[in-house]
Amino acid sequence: MVSLSADVVACPDCDLLQRIPALSPGGSAYCPRCGRKVATSKPGSIERTTALAVAAAIAFLITNVEPLMGLSLAGREASTTIAGGVWQMWEQGEKITALFIALFAVIAPALQIGFLLAILLSLRRPPAPRWVGALLRWVEIAGSWSMVEVMMLGILVSLVKLAAIARVVPGVGIFAAGGLILLLAAMSSSFDPREAWSRVRWVKDEGPQRALPSGGVDAAEAGR
Amino acid sequence: MTSVARTGMSEGFVSCGACGLLSRPAGAEEPGECPRCGETLEFRRRDAIQRTWALVITAGICYLPANILPVVRTTTLTSEETDTIISGVVHLYATGSWYLALILLIASVMIPLAKLSALAYLLITVQRGAVRNNRERARLYRLMEIIGRWSMVDVFAATFAVGLVRLQPLMSVAPQPGVLFFSGVVILTIIAAESFDPRLIWDSSQGKQETND
Repeated sequence: MVSLSADVVACPDCDLLQRIPALSPGGSAYCPRCGRKVATSKPGSIERTTALAVAAAIAFLITNVEPLMGLSLAGREASTTIAGGVWQMWEQGEKITALFIALFAVIAPALQIGFLLAILLSLRRPPAPRWVGALLRWVEIAGSWSMVEVMMLGILVSLVKLAAIARVVPGVGIFAAGGLILLLAAMSSSFDPREAWSRVRWVKDEGPQRALPSGGVDAAEAGR
Repeated sequence: MTSVARTGMSEGFVSCGACGLLSRPAGAEEPGECPRCGETLEFRRRDAIQRTWALVITAGICYLPANILPVVRTTTLTSEETDTIISGVVHLYATGSWYLALILLIASVMIPLAKLSALAYLLITVQRGAVRNNRERARLYRLMEIIGRWSMVDVFAATFAVGLVRLQPLMSVAPQPGVLFFSGVVILTIIAAESFDPRLIWDSSQGKQETND
């Protein structure tokens, strides 16, 4: 089996063969045919992403431990955490929905942060072991099911709805969740999966070879 | 672009779906595994059109109970009322939060419909071998991948209302079967978008002059 060096790619969205040009720091390369971003240069990605992932882990813990909001009505009070909402859903018969909510709001973000930290730590000494490749696949899947930002909008919607009938108090958790959203977004965008893959040990010990079919095109570069 | 585009498939190269490595497999019938990460290689996602259709149709069926069945029941000392997604939107509009009503209307009602119609449109054009508007169709696909998750907002809102309002017998909120169908629609459309292969949009143009450039 012949494999090409990592700067030759086929666009994931349209399969056009292209060579990724040397990018200026922060610059991105786009597929000239369909316009999909195929690469971004991210200098210092590993250090920055590690710092952001540690911060995200802390924000995640606070978001899940502290109450998101409280409510008081006629002298009685109540408050809820994410787990509290999930538990009530489960208790009151909507067990499958409870599991979905737990997956989107707690499990997926936890795996996203945890896997990424494990990846980043093991990338420091390349070549990284092969299980890092498996985690790289899983971190992408976890990221696509992690919906903290959608959860936040849902909390705001229910706050506004409830404010019409009772006094609602935002809890510490809601502010931590706001921070978590920003940190997750920054973490995902500063991570460079292309660089990560280039540091992982190959399943078959062949290593990359350079053999582009002649006449390939270059991806279009655009600076930031 | 006037010349015929050189794609991975036309040159006998396959791009790994997991790590993106480009390699030339020994046999085109059985591409084998990626030499870097070990993922099973495929030139195109397997049975993409059939699988996506199946998921789109299932999601379309779930969309009806998701909007007809109630999502929450609010019980107070004097009354008991159930709300569907739509009645929740109307309620918000009537109580003055028209901006929130609009957000919910878009996220819960319009985005799932838009996503299902966009996927059906992409499937039909691919099956008919359309060669026009490739760039626009590619952009539509990418947009759809981003917005789908926002439909989940009402289920989250219901969850936190249920978790918070437990002041029996004064007032309590209980979930209703609508939430299950609703999260079903969101999940099915997310999986549907992932099982579609956007490279199919461009495959019909292969060997033909592209008409939109």
